[in-house]
Amino acid sequence: MSTAALTKNPAKRQRYVAVLLDMMNRPSGAIGLSLVLFHLCLAIISPVIVPYDFKLQDASLMLSQPSNAHWLGADHLGRDIFSRTMLGGREALLVTGIATPLAVLWGGFVGILFGLTGGRLDEILMRIVDAFLSLPWILKMLVLIVTFGTGLEVLIPTLAFFYGIPVIRIARAATHDVIARDFVWAAKARGHSRISIIWRELLPNVLDTLMVEGAMRWSWMLLAFSSLSFLGFGVSPPTPDWGLMISDARGYMSFAPWGVIGPVVALSSLIIGINLTADALAKALGIDRAQKAPM
Amino acid sequence: MLTMILRRIFLGLATISIVSLIIFAGVEILPGDACTQYLEQDQADVELLEKCRDDLNLNRPAHERYTEWALGALTGDLGMSVNGEAKISDLVGARFANSLLLAFFALLVGVPLAMLLGVITGLWRDRKPDIIFSTIAIFAMTIPEFVSATLLILVFSVWLGWLPGIVLTSAGSPISEFFPEILLPVIVLSLVMTAHVMRMVRSSVIEVMASDYVQMATLKGVPYWQMVFRHALPNALLPAINVVALTIAWLLGGVVVIEVVFNYPGLGRMMIDAISDRDLPVVQAIALIVASIYVCINLTADLMTMIANPKLRTMYLRK
Repeated sequence: MSTAALTKNPAKRQRYVAVLLDMMNRPSGAIGLSLVLFHLCLAIISPVIVPYDFKLQDASLMLSQPSNAHWLGADHLGRDIFSRTMLGGREALLVTGIATPLAVLWGGFVGILFGLTGGRLDEILMRIVDAFLSLPWILKMLVLIVTFGTGLEVLIPTLAFFYGIPVIRIARAATHDVIARDFVWAAKARGHSRISIIWRELLPNVLDTLMVEGAMRWSWMLLAFSSLSFLGFGVSPPTPDWGLMISDARGYMSFAPWGVIGPVVALSSLIIGINLTADALAKALGIDRAQKAPM
Repeated sequence: MLTMILRRIFLGLATISIVSLIIFAGVEILPGDACTQYLEQDQADVELLEKCRDDLNLNRPAHERYTEWALGALTGDLGMSVNGEAKISDLVGARFANSLLLAFFALLVGVPLAMLLGVITGLWRDRKPDIIFSTIAIFAMTIPEFVSATLLILVFSVWLGWLPGIVLTSAGSPISEFFPEILLPVIVLSLVMTAHVMRMVRSSVIEVMASDYVQMATLKGVPYWQMVFRHALPNALLPAINVVALTIAWLLGGVVVIEVVFNYPGLGRMMIDAISDRDLPVVQAIALIVASIYVCINLTADLMTMIANPKLRTMYLRK
């Protein structure tokens, strides 16, 4: 929404094109973006191009080795692992793709608001944020998931809620940085309302930080989602999912080790792709994430 | 200085109190309580349910129960488990010791290695050693722990057969019995940890090497390695205290997945089991313990950096 408002301005649009080009000129950005794009395309077209039905069980193929017909072999129920690997990221991308913007949106809004207001309320909010952050993520999420079930309608709000909390902190800090500069004072002196200051002065300046944060959150959320699936609290079978597939194949690793390779490579490449993209985005936007990695 | 330390300690205590409130309120708000769970959900008849609630004092107002629970927790009494009908403090004790053991070895391997690699990659920035180690670090950091654990089990225990891929020792066993089973979990943990701390050390080495006083020392003709060891590194390694602290907290609370993968009898796996069984008193207790440790470790790290770094002291004062 906010990006759309900004891109109406040709100068801003030009800047985003420049940022994109800058990202593609860095090895990390080029590799990262192509990995992410590849996975997105795959997630969209995979139901049409998979060679086998992901539910199709064939007892004669149980734990069979990779062959010409089944490139990655078959799992413990005789299902084609290649087809399941191709489909295995759809659920994860859908859930995290909706939950990430939601998290950044609500966390960013609350963070900017309280960063601007300050005072006692802000102090209390930060203690609550600290308290939430001191609890292990997996505990917070599992308690909700075990109570309310593992459907998408539970997973998406849960992820969006908990991953929005650290965003509050980031947005608040970024807001403090911006507020210290003169143009916010100028807007206040001109008598602009608080909403107008947030929308016209703060948001455009905090947006860069929020975008980088969003990209990082995406990869962490994906990690959380697949860990939940791995532990048996995410996607329910027979829906193919990488975390679940690794968890299934793990038990047979001593005699059918090829079962874990497909999902491991797919999941790792997507997460690394997102991380490289986030790194490149941070560098292209000139945000110091305190991790001046090479590339 | 003293008021600042006291203020910081007070903030830490405030956070722990809020955590305890969140934990208690969270469990209150969720549908179902210990009794409906214990008596098989909905099939329990009303009388039994009432009796059970009376036994467990669940009919009293929430604020009374919260006060009792919080005061109990302060004196080390965490209440009773619903399922095992055992004292939670006894159940948690052995598991907690195991998690500490795992964390201790992971730190023992991870921290020195991370410092060393961080300094190497920082000093030889953008050259071969840096590119190699930094790339490995990105992989180690980003790949989910259950994936790297699975790969390491595949390589070291399935293909090479060097190390056992699963822990079979039970929770209360003496430390010596955990060898060599504990080695693979330690390797996975220290891999992730090393990567995080190394990246931090690297960027702070780069920052310090670019600072004015290092250039000054170089211009004065201080030999390179003497300059590195006497002038640059003490300052560069200081921020690492905070990262190490965060990592310790993560080691104690967030290693759930690794403990499940390796079947390691630690606090994390106990937490998962308690959540699956909906043993709410145990979940509350573990949540409170882990959160308190997290806050305490962060507090210690903040105080340590404050004491070690005069600049921070005055900076806080000015604020």
